[in-house]
Amino acid sequence: MENREKVIIVRDLVKDFGGFRANDHLTFDVYKGEVFGFLGANGAGKTTAIKILCGLLKPTSGQVRVAGFDVYKQSNLIKKNIGYMSQKFSLYEDLTVSENISFYAGIYGLGFREIKKKRMELIQKLGLESYAGKLIKELPLGWLQKLAFSIAIVHNPDIVFLDEPTSGVDPITRRQFWMMIYEAAANGITVFVTTHYMDEAEYCDRVSIMADGLIVALDTPANLKLSFRAKSMNEVFLELVRNKNNSNQQ
Amino acid sequence: MLSVSAHELKKNYGAVKALKGISFDVSEGEIFGFIGPDGAGKSSLFRILTTLLLPDAGQASVCGLDVVKDYKKIRKIIGYMPGKFSLYQDLSVEENLSFFASVFETTIESNYHLIKEIYSHIEPFKKRRAGQLSGGMKQKLALSCALIHKPNVLFMDEPTTGIDAVSRKEFWSMLKGLKKEGISIVVSTPYMDEASLCDRVALLQDGIILKTDTPNAITDTIGKKVWAISSESVYKLMCDLSGYGGCYSVYPFGQMVHYMPADQSEELTLVENFLKERNHRNISIEIIEPTVEDCFMELMRINKEDKR
Repeated sequence: MENREKVIIVRDLVKDFGGFRANDHLTFDVYKGEVFGFLGANGAGKTTAIKILCGLLKPTSGQVRVAGFDVYKQSNLIKKNIGYMSQKFSLYEDLTVSENISFYAGIYGLGFREIKKKRMELIQKLGLESYAGKLIKELPLGWLQKLAFSIAIVHNPDIVFLDEPTSGVDPITRRQFWMMIYEAAANGITVFVTTHYMDEAEYCDRVSIMADGLIVALDTPANLKLSFRAKSMNEVFLELVRNKNNSNQQ
Repeated sequence: MLSVSAHELKKNYGAVKALKGISFDVSEGEIFGFIGPDGAGKSSLFRILTTLLLPDAGQASVCGLDVVKDYKKIRKIIGYMPGKFSLYQDLSVEENLSFFASVFETTIESNYHLIKEIYSHIEPFKKRRAGQLSGGMKQKLALSCALIHKPNVLFMDEPTTGIDAVSRKEFWSMLKGLKKEGISIVVSTPYMDEASLCDRVALLQDGIILKTDTPNAITDTIGKKVWAISSESVYKLMCDLSGYGGCYSVYPFGQMVHYMPADQSEELTLVENFLKERNHRNISIEIIEPTVEDCFMELMRINKEDKR
C-alpha cells in the first residue's frame, strides 16, 4: 500500500479561526484509486479540512498537496483536477438533463466535440434516454444522485469529494450508487467520502475518524473493528467519540 | 384505545401519487417507526396525521379523533417535530420554549419533569438564539418544544437525519424514556439500522406499506437464507456473482456482499469454486440471518415483479 501513488498528502495541517483550533496537526495520505472515508461528529472539523483540500480555504500552517498541487500556491489547479458532489447536488433545476451535463463539462473546460460525446455516453450509461430533454426537477431522487455523481467526474478528475452521497435513497438504488463509486475507483479516480452514517463507512477501503479537530483513528474498517473488538463501524465510532468527550470533561 | 389508526389513506399531488392506500394501527405506548427512503411518502403521511394536510381518500384517527373533523382537538393532544427545523431562529432557547408552552396554555414548570432529561443538555445555553445552536442541540430544543404540553402522541418526521452517530444514540435513548411516560411515538427514518430500535415498523416505499411488523418478525418473513461473502474486492465479487447462473440476488453490504441463491439448497462449495476459478483470494462464505435492509430490498423486488 505504501508504495502506491499518493494523491492527497497532508502533514501537520493546522487551521485556526481566531482562538479556536478547527484542525489540530492533521497528518494523513490518500492513495490513488482508494475509497477513503472521512468521518467525525458534528463540529469535529471535517468541513474545514475538506474546504482546505478543495482549495477553498488556506491552512494556518502545515503542508497539503492535492492531486500533486500545493494548496497555498496552486488552489486553482486543484479545483480543475477534483470533482465535488454534495448531498444537496448542485444541478440546475430549470435546465434539462442534457443541458446540465453540457454546462458542467463546459465549465471544466472540455471541448465542444468531447462534450457531445460525453453527453451521449453518460445518458446511455445511466439509461436516461427518455429523460434527456426533461428538466432536472422532474427527475426522481435516485436518478438525480447517479447523474450528479456522473457529472462530478465528467472531466475525469484525480479525486472526487462526496458529501453524504447516499443519504435518503432506497437501499437498492444506494447499492447501485456504490457500484458506480467502486467502478470510478477501479478506473483510478480516488473517492473521498464524508458521512455521518457508519454503515456507509463500511464501504470504504480506509476510514479516518475526527474528534475535536484531531484524527483519532485511521485504518481499514476491518482493522478498526478488530482493534476495538466491535461488530460494526457504528460501535467503533461511539467508542472513540465518547472516550474523547469523557476525557475532555476531566 | 388505539393511538393512531389509518385506513386506506390516499394523497395525490397532481399526477404524483404520494400515498396509494396506507393502513396501519399504533397502540398506546408504542414506538412505531416508518422506514423508507426520501419520496416514499413519509412526510405526506405525517402531515395528514398531524392535521396539516387533507387526505384525498381514506380515514385516519388519532386517539379516536378524526383527522379531518376533529382537527382542533387533535392539535391540542399531539406533539409534532417536522423534518425541517421550524422553531423561531431569532428567539432564544428559553423564549422558544415559553412560546410553545403559552400557545398550548401551559407553563414550562408544569411539565418540566417530562423534558428535564432532554432540556438539561441545552439549559446552559438558554439565552442563545435558536438559530445559533448546533444540529444536535436544535433537535433537543425542538423535542422539548414538542413535549412541553405533555402530548398523548408524539410525531417525529426524520428526527435523526443529518445528526452524528453519538447524538443519534442519545436521541433514541430519550425516546425510550418518553415511552415509559406513556407517550406513544410515531417516528420516521430513512435509516434501516434504526428499525431495530422501534417496537414495530412499517416499511414504506413509493406510497405503499411493504410490510408492518416487529423488527424480528420482519426478518423472519422473507424465509430465505442470506450468504455473507467476502474476498479481496467487493467490486469484483459483485461483477462476478451477478453473472453467476445460480444467483437470485447479490448486493454489496460494506466490505462484503449479501448473496441469495435462486435454489435454497445450492451448495456452498459450488459458489466457492466458481469464485476461486475467477481468481478471488481470501474467500469467506457464511450463512447469516437477513437484516431489515435485506428484507426491504427483497420486498421492493417482489413488489415490482407483482406489478408486471
